[in-house]
Amino acid sequence: MDALRVDLTVPARGFDVGLALDVGRETVALVGPSGAGKTTVLRAIAGLARPARGRIECDGEIWFDSDARVDRRPEERSVGLVFQDYALFPHLSVERNVGFGGRARVDDLLERFGIRHLARARPRELSGGERQRVALARALAREPKALLLDEPTAALDAHTRAGVRAELGELVRELGLPALLVTHDFEDAAALADRVGVLVEGELRQVATPADLVASPADGFVASLAGGTLVDGVARRTGDGLTEVRLEAGGTVYSTDEASGPVSVLVYPWEVSLGLHAVADESALNHVHGPVVSLALVGNRVRVRVGELTAEVTAASVERLGLAVGRPVVASFKATATRLLPRASRLRL
Amino acid sequence: MRAATLAVAALATAVAAAFLLLPLLALFLRVPPGDLFHAARSSVFRDALVVSLKTSAIAHACVLLVGTPAAYVLARRRFPGRAAVLTLVELPLVLPPAVAGVALLAAFGRYQLLGGTLHALGITVGFTQAAVVLAVAFVESPFYVRGAVAAFEAVDDDLLAAARTLGAGPGRVFARVALPLAAGGLAASSALALARGLGEFGATIIFAGSLQGVTQTLPLAVYAQFETNFDVALAIGTLFVLAGAVLLLLLKLAPAWTRSASISPFRPAASTSA
Repeated sequence: MDALRVDLTVPARGFDVGLALDVGRETVALVGPSGAGKTTVLRAIAGLARPARGRIECDGEIWFDSDARVDRRPEERSVGLVFQDYALFPHLSVERNVGFGGRARVDDLLERFGIRHLARARPRELSGGERQRVALARALAREPKALLLDEPTAALDAHTRAGVRAELGELVRELGLPALLVTHDFEDAAALADRVGVLVEGELRQVATPADLVASPADGFVASLAGGTLVDGVARRTGDGLTEVRLEAGGTVYSTDEASGPVSVLVYPWEVSLGLHAVADESALNHVHGPVVSLALVGNRVRVRVGELTAEVTAASVERLGLAVGRPVVASFKATATRLLPRASRLRL
Repeated sequence: MRAATLAVAALATAVAAAFLLLPLLALFLRVPPGDLFHAARSSVFRDALVVSLKTSAIAHACVLLVGTPAAYVLARRRFPGRAAVLTLVELPLVLPPAVAGVALLAAFGRYQLLGGTLHALGITVGFTQAAVVLAVAFVESPFYVRGAVAAFEAVDDDLLAAARTLGAGPGRVFARVALPLAAGGLAASSALALARGLGEFGATIIFAGSLQGVTQTLPLAVYAQFETNFDVALAIGTLFVLAGAVLLLLLKLAPAWTRSASISPFRPAASTSA
């Protein structure tokens, strides 16, 4: 079995993180808000933090087993850990950094990661993307059985992040190693991982493919992390197979989900269209009227807040509609794109 | 009002500088360079120089050898009694050297705590060069260990953790990562301790005595000569001033490369991605 099997309880700051997860030859991302104990999980797998109980097994080797009193030292676990700040040795050249864990494959790795020309450079002379490649090459020089990545894009500038993320995704996929990465950024997780686990308050809420998480989030936490907007309301079944939800902020929307009583209405920004007037004959059933609260440019798209809702539209639409803060608009979305979730828990972001 | 404050501050600075400079200046003005060379050839001076260099070198080597790993443990591990040990390490710093000498004598003197046992084994410590080495090591050790603990504490935890995940055992982590990254701070503390050791007087004269060619170090020679042959005392004094100035200059330069060596590996990228 070439897999990483983890079943742990790890003490983090003020609470315990519990996690049971099998990672095959795939990339799994743990995503959750800051302080959810994600880094602690990686440190525990690498042997740098001690779990309260549990078992860690990789490629048939037991690294930790509280029942059998097995606790291998970090240097005895065949693991590649890429630190959030990369933790490159500042006093060693790129070549010696990469060769720290094993000299045999250094040339090969420098070539493969496109950093041969930097072999003699010191880490402080490198850009963020270059540092990441050096850190990854260094972690792989030891030929680890599993790869752990801590917030792989957090230390990068916003404008280099997308490029480095794509590059990293490709590199990690080519390795064919069990890879576990943690991030607070759902976009990172969705771009890099085959499966995503949502870790909130020390608990794994849901593990699924990024598409499934978006399509059917287990709860409001997961939905918010996946980028959805949640609006509270009270649901009531109508005769024609629809659920009518009276929003607490005023207005009524319809959903094809079945529910009654207090609910959270989930709408993804990319499923909301904006117009200056409601168009009667279009397929969207839901129309929320309100002034534009804010406009935020995200890449080539603009996030527009209308009341409690967020719509993601192109910059061209913003120009065509003449959108500006305070301008009254209509946000429209389909009843099928309106998901209803139990209103138990909300994510405090 | 501001001008008055400034004037007072400037005056205070000038007085302080003059106060420090005047004795040094006097030292050089009293002795013509020719006499200096003549005095430097005296047997008292040469014997004292040899004793000082030999005992300081041995004591300093011992302090580095024992102090470095001890400082690493004190900096990286949290254990019960750590604060007590740190306090103990710093105690010689606040102890009058004469008291240190009496304490060493009480411990290692012929009829004292350990002295009797050592004497039975045929080892006599008091009033030998070994006593000088012990006195110097005792007095200079806190200067090194304190700085070394700080230097090791300044090394980023993640770098040591990274080394371990790359397969390095504790010994290799120490030698390849912790030691080179703390090197600047270690060198600075080492220089400070060495200077303190070379100047050691009180503990040595009580515990080791002042026998020319055996236990008479340079500071002891200054004391022994200043009544009989003031020129030799002055010659030794000027030597100390020059050596001290060189040492301080090196110390001023040291932090520059300490910082560059132990800097955090992560700074938001100054340049954009390649």
